[in-house]
Amino acid sequence: MGFLDGVKDELSFLGGFKLTFEHLTRPRVTRQYPEEKKPKQPRQHGRHVLNRYEDGMEKCIGCELCAGVCPADCIYVRGLDNPPDHPVSPGERYGYVYEINYLRCIHCDLCVEACPTEAITESKLFEFSFTNRADAIYTKAELLVDDAGKPQKLPWEDWRDADELHTSGWMRATSPSGSAAYEGEVQWSAELGYGVRPPEGGQSGRRDDAATGTKALRDVLETHLLDEDIPLDHRGMRGRIWRGKLSAERHKKQLEAARQRHKEAKATRAADKTTTRGADKTSEDAVDEASTAPAGPEVDS
Amino acid sequence: MEGCVAPVTDDVFVEGTRHAPRVAETSEGAQEMAPRPETDDAELRREVGAVLRMAEGPVVNANDIDIERRDDETMIINMGPQHPSTHGVLRLMLELDGETVLRTKPVIGYLHTGMEKTAEELTYVQGATNVTRMDYLSPLTNELVFSMATEALLDVEVPPRAVWIRMLMSELQRVSSHLMWMATNGMDLGSTSMMIYGFREREMVLTFFEKTTGLRMNHNYIRPGGVAADLPDGWEDDVEVICETVLARSFEYDELLTGQPIFRQRTEGIGNLSAEEALALSATGPILRSTGVPWDLRRTMPYLAYDELDFDIIVGTYGDNFDRYSIRLNEIRESIKMIRQIAARMPPGDYRIQDRKVTPPPRARIDESMEALIHHFKIFTEGFKVPEGEVYVAIESPRGELGCYLVSDGSSKPYRMHIRGPSFVNLQTVPVLLRGGLIADAVAIISSVDPVMGEVDR
Ligand code: SF4
Ligand code: SF4
Repeated sequence: MGFLDGVKDELSFLGGFKLTFEHLTRPRVTRQYPEEKKPKQPRQHGRHVLNRYEDGMEKCIGCELCAGVCPADCIYVRGLDNPPDHPVSPGERYGYVYEINYLRCIHCDLCVEACPTEAITESKLFEFSFTNRADAIYTKAELLVDDAGKPQKLPWEDWRDADELHTSGWMRATSPSGSAAYEGEVQWSAELGYGVRPPEGGQSGRRDDAATGTKALRDVLETHLLDEDIPLDHRGMRGRIWRGKLSAERHKKQLEAARQRHKEAKATRAADKTTTRGADKTSEDAVDEASTAPAGPEVDS
Repeated sequence: MEGCVAPVTDDVFVEGTRHAPRVAETSEGAQEMAPRPETDDAELRREVGAVLRMAEGPVVNANDIDIERRDDETMIINMGPQHPSTHGVLRLMLELDGETVLRTKPVIGYLHTGMEKTAEELTYVQGATNVTRMDYLSPLTNELVFSMATEALLDVEVPPRAVWIRMLMSELQRVSSHLMWMATNGMDLGSTSMMIYGFREREMVLTFFEKTTGLRMNHNYIRPGGVAADLPDGWEDDVEVICETVLARSFEYDELLTGQPIFRQRTEGIGNLSAEEALALSATGPILRSTGVPWDLRRTMPYLAYDELDFDIIVGTYGDNFDRYSIRLNEIRESIKMIRQIAARMPPGDYRIQDRKVTPPPRARIDESMEALIHHFKIFTEGFKVPEGEVYVAIESPRGELGCYLVSDGSSKPYRMHIRGPSFVNLQTVPVLLRGGLIADAVAIISSVDPVMGEVDR
């Protein structure tokens, strides 16, 4: 045995090679960023939005609590008395100026916790970058949700499907008093476009992941799991094929979207051309393209 | 530049030094290593790695130091602050004789952000957002020590669920921090696979943090009075899946590194430290434990509810790189053992103290009660007032004793906050560890000390 043990010792480094080679058969844990992104949890902090009530009124009452609590000093608010004939918010005052400087914001969400009317909350978007400092200062024009209650999508922001779904997740998660009795209770007003958002279950036991958007780690990190924890039909070769199909679909979608954008741009250009050339001289194909194009610029000649 | 440099005068000669002491400055230039003829005895000994608080005999015999050695035989080189293996912006000045390190001098200050001063400008409500940025590999422990210090001044008890959530989060933090260390240490020794694996497992913990606190680091989650939010729905399963996976993977690291002849040759007997040296240098954490001293604040001075948990303190024997490696690897397993116990025993109830002076009222009450609204406004504008006094609280961070010394003048902002950063203190061991070693081992040794420069410079 002595000899064999000696050989075993000498060859112990092979274990390391075995392990690294084994990884060839395991699912890949990395993702093709930015095409594919990790799902975001509802509590995630991101770019702020200013919310509105369901009747379209702004929630912000210009109380400046958010500006007061901000540890990075990045919020600037000025309140103004509501004009009596067309009030902006249901309260006495409204936020007349509202600015957040994203070069300073640390996304601690203390502002979200401080706001008494749930006016300022955070979306899930954190992938935004600017090419100049002025763009980094978001004003009310950028922060306020649109008439459908959706956050505005600025050209330098990388919005994905679910990013706007669970805004205000952190505000709903905190139940700032830390009192167990208030968990699972609705303590906030309805939002334009989304209505009253459901609370997290917490200790109340009324858990509804589908409504709150909470995702289990098992699902988010499926490829990280040990082999026996991965669902049977996502394991091994079958899993590879399934993941391959998913990524092919994603590619196809992206390609189509790119084609669509290209087509629209072309159509707009063509429409531009025809209108500048004059309406009487439209050629056959230009008409076709112009009719499919989204509303081009109006001509007033 | 003349005005900036104080003139060297004769009357500041200190007895016992052979040369004029260099100008008392704290600038980066004054921290640099000078050639031997320009260095006084005490400084030279320190750079050589003498532990000045110990009797000279056992450590460095003054006669061993070859002070007559001529300059042109040795070379002073600069490593860092942009060196990829110095874990941030640590700068080391090394005196080399060929491949052998004769003297070492860590130069710090490249990541100084003035956080202790900033803390004086922020209320206790905002404070956690600041301290969390010191040790960026274990933000939650920073928040914990700050919160515990504030609570000690306030003289309040946090509810049991908050205590256990804090414990759960700190142990997960220890796992993630040690995993990160395993990754970078593997990288420093040339094991790229280990780096990827370490990051892969750490991702699981970070994803759980993201789900709980909304952020992957700098959470602002543990705050004076409790924790910001309850654990998310489904946390039991999430924690279990982390424990299960990381534990199983930790045995793969064994296969990849622990048993590997090359890895062992590069770690065993490299960077030795004796228990006396470690104690005299005030080293804590895995460095102290690697020398065989079973000192872990979770056991020796229990805080939170650590005295109710069943866990072992991992100690080493030789105080070398390999011991420090295996201590961290085994602490991951120990922490997982604790996390499972915590998850099983998590008490129900409130997770913030129900003192309206410290904790804001429930959101639902703001619209109903004027008093609640006033409390809400007060807490979020001027914060809460903390009684006058001073306090020192220490906890066991993944790197060692993390202490917070807090002085209050009765207002809602700390009068002074000082942090005892374990990385800062442990960095003192570097000249001792490097003494007489090879330059190729320097990277491995720095890595095994696990300094986080954010905490060193604060
Ligand atoms: S998230 Fe924090 S830093 Fe950002 S605006 Fe709100 S309070 Fe200020
Ligand atoms: S966003 Fe909220 S906290 Fe800030 S000024 Fe408006 S109402 Fe007040």
